[in-house]
Amino acid sequence: MAVAAKGEMTARLAHFYRRSEGARGLALLSPTMLIMLAALAAPMALLALYSFWTQEGYALNTQFSLAQYGTSLGRQTYRALFYRSIEISSAVTLITVLLAYPMAYFVAFRVERSKFVWLILLTIPFWTSYLLRVFAWKVILGYNGVINSGLMSLGLIHQPLEFLLYNPIAVVVTLAHAWAPFAILPIYVNLEKIDRSLLEAAADLGDGPLRRFCRITFPLSLPGVIAAAVMIFVPTTGDYVTPTLVGGSDGVMIANIIEVQFDRVGNWPLGAALAMASMAAVGILTLLFVQATRAAAARIR
Amino acid sequence: MRSQGAGLFAYAIVYLAFLYVPVLFLPLFSFNNSMFIAFPLSGFTTQWYSQMWADAAVSHALFNSLKVGAAAALVSTMLAIPAARALTRYRVPGGASMLAFVNLPLFIPEIVLGISLLILLNATAIPLSLLTVALGHIVVCVPFAITVLVSRFEGFDKSLEEASLDLGENGWMTFWRVTFPLALPGIVSSLLLSFMVSFDDFLIAYFLAGSDVTLPIYIWGQLRFPYKLPSVLALGAFILFVSTVLVVFAEWVRSRGLDHRKHKMVGA
Repeated sequence: MAVAAKGEMTARLAHFYRRSEGARGLALLSPTMLIMLAALAAPMALLALYSFWTQEGYALNTQFSLAQYGTSLGRQTYRALFYRSIEISSAVTLITVLLAYPMAYFVAFRVERSKFVWLILLTIPFWTSYLLRVFAWKVILGYNGVINSGLMSLGLIHQPLEFLLYNPIAVVVTLAHAWAPFAILPIYVNLEKIDRSLLEAAADLGDGPLRRFCRITFPLSLPGVIAAAVMIFVPTTGDYVTPTLVGGSDGVMIANIIEVQFDRVGNWPLGAALAMASMAAVGILTLLFVQATRAAAARIR
Repeated sequence: MRSQGAGLFAYAIVYLAFLYVPVLFLPLFSFNNSMFIAFPLSGFTTQWYSQMWADAAVSHALFNSLKVGAAAALVSTMLAIPAARALTRYRVPGGASMLAFVNLPLFIPEIVLGISLLILLNATAIPLSLLTVALGHIVVCVPFAITVLVSRFEGFDKSLEEASLDLGENGWMTFWRVTFPLALPGIVSSLLLSFMVSFDDFLIAYFLAGSDVTLPIYIWGQLRFPYKLPSVLALGAFILFVSTVLVVFAEWVRSRGLDHRKHKMVGA
């Protein structure tokens, strides 16, 4: 009886402690949560709300309507921009992850002493001006740019090459360069976490380097690859700076048309619907991609 | 195996060149004595730098960016300290989903963050200014600040704080004399990195600045005028230099703090 009561008391004390621990945690988190609710959740909710309204001259008609979504998905120009944005971002994601993987592998498995120096070298571009990194490509690919003037002064060409700048390929190259650091870090972190004794065990059991990579290293690094792909694919679909600076009229992306709705034309509900539709499309594609990659990985193993 | 290692090393060098060479054209041409950004280089000059410094609009925009960056870095770090601590120290109900929510800005295109805040500010009739830019920057800085601080607080030796409490210090003194010094490298690096994120941001500021001008907005405006390009190059090279120094310093502080802790643990 006494033992039971004591046990119950301890349980209640433990429960109370856990609850107060949770309460203290919540109290510490609440300022951040309040700010993020006010400046992230509320604006997103309002964006969703706007997308169901209609612009009538200078006034907003707040009657619920799907008209903006009809325009967003129905008009040929907008549909083409959706497709192009997704094509460009997919290409960028694929190229960036493929190029980054060997680099991350090198730092995780081959570098012994100077790991810190390599990591710093790979993180510096991550934090330095995105705008300037994109601008650099305009300087490189331009009509009188680095490549053209370089090739001309070497006597290799006599006319500047016009196909370098202002096209979707220029956008892909520039984005692949600008987003490279975002791919390396997640892949590196996952490679670094791999238990080396697994590789030794596989080697002892007679697996060659390729088999070890396919059956151990790659599957275990997959969460990093998926994270890198998502971290690049999602934001690049909405990139504005790169298509504006190096895309020309053939390289226009969905963000350019969203920006126009909030700037000169001033049809905010349409801009909101375009933004919501592109986020939904990107979200669905991302989920499908993650599922497909996981399924494929399960089959490899 | 040996030759495979050499191949990877060569790849790594080429990759680094891919990362850095395109950007290095900015400083290279910023010292070139020509209106045109083209080869062959025609001579060394620092005139673009003096032209840039003489421009009052540049220093005005720079000062605005510094103000916004400092505010965003301070506020997001001050928000992130208790949040990161709660997430690492206490078992908070729903903690994981709150962390996921706070990290959302990393997965939302900047243009969407910009326009949605613009809609909110417009709906609440809050005028656009540097303050609203700072608010937008806080939203994107908080995930970075929390990531840096969570990794700092993780593996934090709880017994140090308990020892301090056992020895009779109260909660505040324990915080100031034990927790804060241990967290300091993380705090410094969170401040610096948040500052960089804000200082570099163009798109959110573009929507939220109203008639105010930050440095990236100023640069964006200049890109339309070919004759302004050389001094934009000088400005860009200067920004790249300063931000590189800041980032190296931030990472150095962060890693030094981590090494220091490892030594102590081994020593104890």
